[in-house]
Amino acid sequence: MSHSIRGKTAIVGMGVAGVGEAPGYSAIELLGLSVHAALADAGLKLGDIDAVFAATSSHAFASMSVTEYLGLKPKYFDSTNVGGSSFEMHLLQASLALEAGLCDVALICYGSNQRTAGGRLVSMSEPQWHETPYAPRHPITAYALATSRHMHQFGTTRDMLADVAVSARQWANLNPDAFARGPLTRDDVLSKRMVSDPLTAGDCCLVTDGAAACILVRADRARDFPQKPVYFLGAAGANWHRSIQAMPDLTVTAASESGPRAFEMAGLTRGEVDLVMLYDAFTINTILFLEDLGFCPKGEGGRFVQDGRIAPGGELAVNTNGGGLSCVHPGMYGMFLIAEGVAQIRGEAGERQLKTADVALLHGNGGTLSSQVTAFLGSEAVL
Amino acid sequence: MDDTAKATAGPQAIYERFLAEGRFMIQRSRETGEYVFYPKVMAPSGAVDLGWVEASGGGTVYAITVNRKREGSYNVALIDLDEGPRMMATVVGALTLPIGSRVRARIEAGANPRVVFDPEEK
Repeated sequence: MSHSIRGKTAIVGMGVAGVGEAPGYSAIELLGLSVHAALADAGLKLGDIDAVFAATSSHAFASMSVTEYLGLKPKYFDSTNVGGSSFEMHLLQASLALEAGLCDVALICYGSNQRTAGGRLVSMSEPQWHETPYAPRHPITAYALATSRHMHQFGTTRDMLADVAVSARQWANLNPDAFARGPLTRDDVLSKRMVSDPLTAGDCCLVTDGAAACILVRADRARDFPQKPVYFLGAAGANWHRSIQAMPDLTVTAASESGPRAFEMAGLTRGEVDLVMLYDAFTINTILFLEDLGFCPKGEGGRFVQDGRIAPGGELAVNTNGGGLSCVHPGMYGMFLIAEGVAQIRGEAGERQLKTADVALLHGNGGTLSSQVTAFLGSEAVL
Repeated sequence: MDDTAKATAGPQAIYERFLAEGRFMIQRSRETGEYVFYPKVMAPSGAVDLGWVEASGGGTVYAITVNRKREGSYNVALIDLDEGPRMMATVVGALTLPIGSRVRARIEAGANPRVVFDPEEK
């Protein structure tokens, strides 16, 4: 049985800014521009916002910084920072706060200028003292370790990993807003510079700028806004570790717990999912999450992603924007899972638009395969 | 067990002092027998009766990657200690080793002493 929160809130405004490269802009400026776009989309004014949910890679107290920059006086605020999965968690927190009547118009937002500011991943993540003597280069060291284990245990190959990147690029080639476009073959991915065995630069997400914001209200007023409402159907998080050393089994993420709980909350089954948005910081992520969320058996993810199964025209629509691998990855990518879910459900996805897009699964990942948050968005048709 | 003299510090500091003395010590609950690494004030079971025991030094490579850098590449590995806990470490004397390889711990002295592993001779 689904949870009582299912369908009680809806996204009525969505905005992005600075996707790709935005030279000369700071992180909070890009964030502000995305909020402006989201307000315009919803037909709301800045002063209508009475709740702020924010996490960034450069603000220790993100909701405070956003509140001040925008000149807001929110009644409710939350800076929960669980890395790239923060925003899927914010969807849940915002929906609970709205439904409890603690606020009426909730803003969720993120902004980063990490590409033009330095071209490297910006992170406030502190070193783990028991790992520091070995100079890991996180996050890639952690994901490479997980990849090595998956290959050892299940026979996953570098070809299979490369196919994840190739599929993402094929989707990006249908998305004019994607940062990395153009032909990409399996050999291109395999022949890129080895960064941390077995992962090459082609297995790694982009380093871009980008900001995104969405606005949620209670569902009873969602139809009063100019855009087709995108309803919140449920979300659940699971977290078992912080540092990769403490991950119980490197081939099984906490998505195997968050997924089933989120499906139950939303009253959905896998067959009802039209769009699967998985946080693909590295190619192994897509494989692990397809397994842990039940789209294929454990260990079969590598074989599942072959033969174009997750590419345009394939059996399962995965990361239709091009993902963190080819569309946008400004440090914490979770807001962009929401942006693509909204675009597809509204029918605004242009050349990459799915024929049926009534249910979107968004899976956020934070830390070193640490925080896992699964959320569902849906159209009015599935209420 | 050798914790009375060192009871005035937390587990991390005690572990690091042992390392400085050239000893690789890990925690074990007297009651439950469970081993804990990295050192903590409480075991996952909730036990707080943690004493220090010398690690056997034996381990198995659980996962491994080579960090490729211009100034020199090195591996970062997760090693399953024979006692059960897993630790991040590095295998020295080989750029990489197959997963499942047996390794043996030793302490690399220096300003910041650390546990490293050598491939175990067959």
